[in-house]
Amino acid sequence: MTSRRGFMGTAAAAIGGVMLAPGIQLIEVARAAAPSAGANPQVRWGMLIDTNQCEPGCNDCVTACNTENGLAADTRPTAAQWIRKVEIKEIKTGRQASVPVMCQHCAEPPCVDVCPTGASFKRADGIVLVDRHSCIGCRYCVMACPYKARSFVHEPLTDQKADVPRGKGCVESCTLCVHRIDQGDKTTACAEACTKAGHHAIIFGDLNDPDSEIARRVRELRTTQLRADLRLDPGVRYQGL
Amino acid sequence: MNADWSSDARRFWLLLVLGGTVTALGLGAAHFMEAHGHIVTGMDNSVVWGLPHVFAIFMIVTASGVLNIASVGTVFGQSVYKARAPLSGLLSVALLAGGLMVLMLDLGRPERVIVAATHYNFRSVFAWNVFLYSGLVAVVAIYLWTLLERRMNVWSKPAGMAALVWRFALTTGTGSIFGFLVARQAYQSALLAPLFIVLSFGWGLAVFLLVQAAMLAWNGRRLDADIERRLSRLLGVFVATSLYLVAVYHGTNLYFARQSTFEAFILRDGGIFPLLFWAGYVVLGSVLPLVLLWRGTGPRAALGASALVCAGAFAFLYVFIIGGQAFPLEIFPGFEVHSSFGDGAIAHYGPRWPEWLLGLGGVGAAFVITVVGVRVLDLLPRDPEPAQ
Repeated sequence: MTSRRGFMGTAAAAIGGVMLAPGIQLIEVARAAAPSAGANPQVRWGMLIDTNQCEPGCNDCVTACNTENGLAADTRPTAAQWIRKVEIKEIKTGRQASVPVMCQHCAEPPCVDVCPTGASFKRADGIVLVDRHSCIGCRYCVMACPYKARSFVHEPLTDQKADVPRGKGCVESCTLCVHRIDQGDKTTACAEACTKAGHHAIIFGDLNDPDSEIARRVRELRTTQLRADLRLDPGVRYQGL
Repeated sequence: MNADWSSDARRFWLLLVLGGTVTALGLGAAHFMEAHGHIVTGMDNSVVWGLPHVFAIFMIVTASGVLNIASVGTVFGQSVYKARAPLSGLLSVALLAGGLMVLMLDLGRPERVIVAATHYNFRSVFAWNVFLYSGLVAVVAIYLWTLLERRMNVWSKPAGMAALVWRFALTTGTGSIFGFLVARQAYQSALLAPLFIVLSFGWGLAVFLLVQAAMLAWNGRRLDADIERRLSRLLGVFVATSLYLVAVYHGTNLYFARQSTFEAFILRDGGIFPLLFWAGYVVLGSVLPLVLLWRGTGPRAALGASALVCAGAFAFLYVFIIGGQAFPLEIFPGFEVHSSFGDGAIAHYGPRWPEWLLGLGGVGAAFVITVVGVRVLDLLPRDPEPAQ
């Protein structure tokens, strides 16, 4: 009896050691990594979407996003969609509008709150991202997002874009074309496509820069945030809703 | 010491092979999901938590509830329950392990579970639960030690108290996974934590009664009728209380105008969901067990009621978890909406075979741990012979 007890104790200690050791190693590896330059905390990137200018039936922003980020133009319920056109009709008045909806890059993002590993995070410049190295694919962020902005990758992927890491089993969403911004570009693929189509319905810019067009418009016009009642302070604002 | 069992070692091995096979099938299904992605399940971007979560949450909530037996025995000094405390502790660890196995293997990246164990975001209810779950195993292990090791018996009361407090915290954490989801109409309620605690009482006792009966039967023993009557009555109280809290949850929702379309969906118009709620949870899982427990006598009534309570639990969780996601998010209140991404539309979900096998595999793992634990540690309840 004593030997059996002794064996169980030793076995439990050994299993514990084997399970913990790789984790401790990984922590050391991560700590040794060089710190990156980081995002500019003075900036709050955001978008203003003018639903009066947005053309129903036009899908240019969606197509541009797919091309930019290497997404398939696939609308099965299991496929990833980082931006979609939502057609809305007010029940009482019949007023209609076409509204592009993507990650709203909240100042208080629920996805970041609920993520157990910290894979969902908000950069200093307000961009909400998923770290593909620490996302375990639990989908809690998908449950928490009020905007249905997140997609879970249900199938193995091939031919991803070098600038846009994606992979099966992780959650992803609009990055505000962070790879462009970090290279000094001043617009996103969707905003660029909308301007090119002549609609000018999507304006991208720094909400904290009082001289930027987006800050001026937000200051002068009445704009709204989706589900403002939740007080998440999204970086994406809408005009004409 | 193990005379009851060694007289029929073949039965033990048979049960082990049975449980092992079911567990292996579950692991195989998880491997299949890992290789092909969640595309082989019924889940999509609207219903991201499917049948595996129903199994996992059932087992995790039940793991907490089943520990109630031990708590009543140790903390409140009831000898009938005290005799059952070791089996209750073992079942708790077994069910928790089974539930966590399902939860982990349903991850998009199950091989990254080490990341979940080394990176914590302390604002996340999930991250709290990682500590609550591993902590429960540790607390119950110590508790079992104080119960089984005679020298440590003096410590069993504080250990039992710690287990009681811990299991309340654990089920609060499980309920809060949903309670903190502000965006979803089905959840976002402070009532969910106490509701899950009360549900855990009934589900835990039902599972305990079933397992106890099976283990005793396989050993050619019978449960004392008085003890059975006491436990059955307690199950009735738990089932009735659960039903009351579920009614309050839906009652408050019905009172809020903004929740009325969601309640109409879950309780009346939502097809499979109202059917499972009324026929599965309310009638088969609550009312019928209550009738059986109060009017019926003998082991059949108690076991029938316990089995129905478990079936009702699955119906409840299916409606709660899947139904809550199938109902669309309200991003534009007051508007009719449609899009290519399912906005404004009811999502359709049907579980596929890998999900069933993974869920059952978790149950199989809990079964294996229980069968081995009962044999190795000799944990069957021993009651004093009733005076004739």
